[in-house]
Amino acid sequence: MSNNVMSEIKKDYLYHLVMTDERADGRSFDQYREISLETGVIKKADGSARVRLGNTQVLVGVKIQPGEPYSDSPDRGVIITNAELVPLASPNFEPGPPNEYGIELARLVDRGVRESKSIDLDALCIVPGQKVWILFIDIHILDDCGNIMDASSLGAIAALMTAKVPAEQYGLGEDWPLPVRDIPVATTVVEFGGVLMSDPDTDEETAADTKLTVITTTDGFVCGMQKRGPGPLSMDNIYRIVDISCEKAKEIREKFLDV
Amino acid sequence: MDEKLSFFKDGIRLDGRRPGELRPVKIEAGVLKRADGSCYIEMGGNKVIAAVYGPREVHPRHLQKVSRAIVRYRYNMASFSVEERKRPGPDRRSHEVSKVSREALEPVILTHYFPRSVIDIFVEILQADAGTRTAGINAASVALADAGVPMKCLVSSCAAGKVDGQIILDPMKDEDNFGEGDMPLAMTPDGEVTLLQADGRFTVEETREALETARKGCEQIYEIQKKALIDRYSRLEEPEEEGSNV
Repeated sequence: MSNNVMSEIKKDYLYHLVMTDERADGRSFDQYREISLETGVIKKADGSARVRLGNTQVLVGVKIQPGEPYSDSPDRGVIITNAELVPLASPNFEPGPPNEYGIELARLVDRGVRESKSIDLDALCIVPGQKVWILFIDIHILDDCGNIMDASSLGAIAALMTAKVPAEQYGLGEDWPLPVRDIPVATTVVEFGGVLMSDPDTDEETAADTKLTVITTTDGFVCGMQKRGPGPLSMDNIYRIVDISCEKAKEIREKFLDV
Repeated sequence: MDEKLSFFKDGIRLDGRRPGELRPVKIEAGVLKRADGSCYIEMGGNKVIAAVYGPREVHPRHLQKVSRAIVRYRYNMASFSVEERKRPGPDRRSHEVSKVSREALEPVILTHYFPRSVIDIFVEILQADAGTRTAGINAASVALADAGVPMKCLVSSCAAGKVDGQIILDPMKDEDNFGEGDMPLAMTPDGEVTLLQADGRFTVEETREALETARKGCEQIYEIQKKALIDRYSRLEEPEEEGSNV
C-alpha cells in the first residue's frame, strides 16, 4: 500500500541490490516466494482456501445462498466479491468500510473470475426471474507482507474450485460441486531500478510504487489487467510484463491448481 | 447477447466509423467561473465536465504530506447520466475509477512544489456513453493546465476494444457492452503509460495490438487537448473591456 513509510537509506539499499542483480531475500527477479495452498479450512463456508505467499497470508471464504437475481440478468447467478483489509494484517489497515485499496483488490479478483467466464452463471439459476444462487467471495487478508493481490486471486479460485452448492440446506435437492470452467490466475510485476520483479514483497512494493497485475486464463488469454500505483510504465515494459505474467501464471496453475 | 450481433458492415462500424477511428471529440477549457481550472469535453455521446481546485489547504489536516501536495480525484456520475437512474453518490465502481484516474495524473503533476497542500480534481459525468473514465482523464488533464498547476506534460486517454475478434479504437456503448474486451489506456505524449486496465479476452498478440491502437488514439486526443488550451489563452491576449478604459 502506498502509505507505507520507508527510509531513503533502505530504498537506496534495495536499489543497490538491483544493480548487482539481487533481491533482498535472495530471489531471482522473476521468482515467486514459496506458495502454500490449503483448501477446505473453514467448515462453515461452502468453499475456502488459505494461501501463504512467503509471509503473506490470505483467507478466502465462499458462501453460496439463494437470492434474487439482478433485473438485467433474471436467469443468471450472481457473484459478489468483497475484500476485508482488517487491521490485524498491517499497521496501515484501519477498521471501517473498505477503502479504495480494498475495493480495487476485490474488483480485480472479481474481474478475473467474471471475465474468464470461470463460473457458469446460467447453471446457477433456480427459478428464472425469481431465485438464483448468489456466490459471495469474501477475501480476508490476515498478514500483508506484500502482493496480497496474487494471493487473493489464487485463494479465490481455489476456494471456488472446492466449493459445494449447499442445495440440501435450502430444500433444493442434493448438494452439488460448483462447476468451474476456467482457472484465472493473477500475477503482479513491479518495475524498480530498471528491472522487472515478480511477486513484490512489502519493501519492494513501497520502493517501486507502480505495479502491473495481469490476469490470464488457462488457455493463455489475458482477461484482466490493471496498472496500480502512482507512477508511469513504458510500453515496452508492459509488453514484457504480459509475457512474464503468462509464463508465471501457467507455472502457478500447474503446480497448485493441478490442471 | 445470444442474438448474433454483427459489429461491422463492409468493414465499417455500426456508427459509421472505421476500426481505428475515434468518435468526434470536442474540448473546451475554462468553462467554470469559481474553479481554478476547468474543462468540458464531449467524446462521442459522453459529456463530462472537470474542475480543479488548488493547490489549497488540506482538510482533514492529517492527510497533509510534508514534502509534497496530495492529489484527490473524485469521479462522480450524475444519476441521469445513464439509461436506468443511478443512485447518487459513490459506488464501488466509482471508487475504483477515481483511484486509477488519480494515479493516471499524479505522475505528471509536480506535487513537490506544494508541500502540505492538496490539488482537488472533480469530474462529473453528465452523460455516459462508454469511455467515461478516459473522457474524465482528458478533461481533468486540461483542467489542471487551465488551473496553472505545474505539470511535466498533459495526459491523454483513450480505450481500445475487441469486437468480432477485431481490435477497435474507442468503443461505443454497444461495442463495450456486447464486445469481447475493453482496454482503457492513458499516457503522456512521450509514451509513458499512466493508466492501463483491461477486461475481456485478449491473446498476447491482441493485447499488443490493442495497446498500439489505444496509443494512436491518445496521440490524436493530445493534439485536440493542446488546441483547446491554445484557443482558450490566445483569446485572453486581446485586452478585456474593463481593462481597456483604464
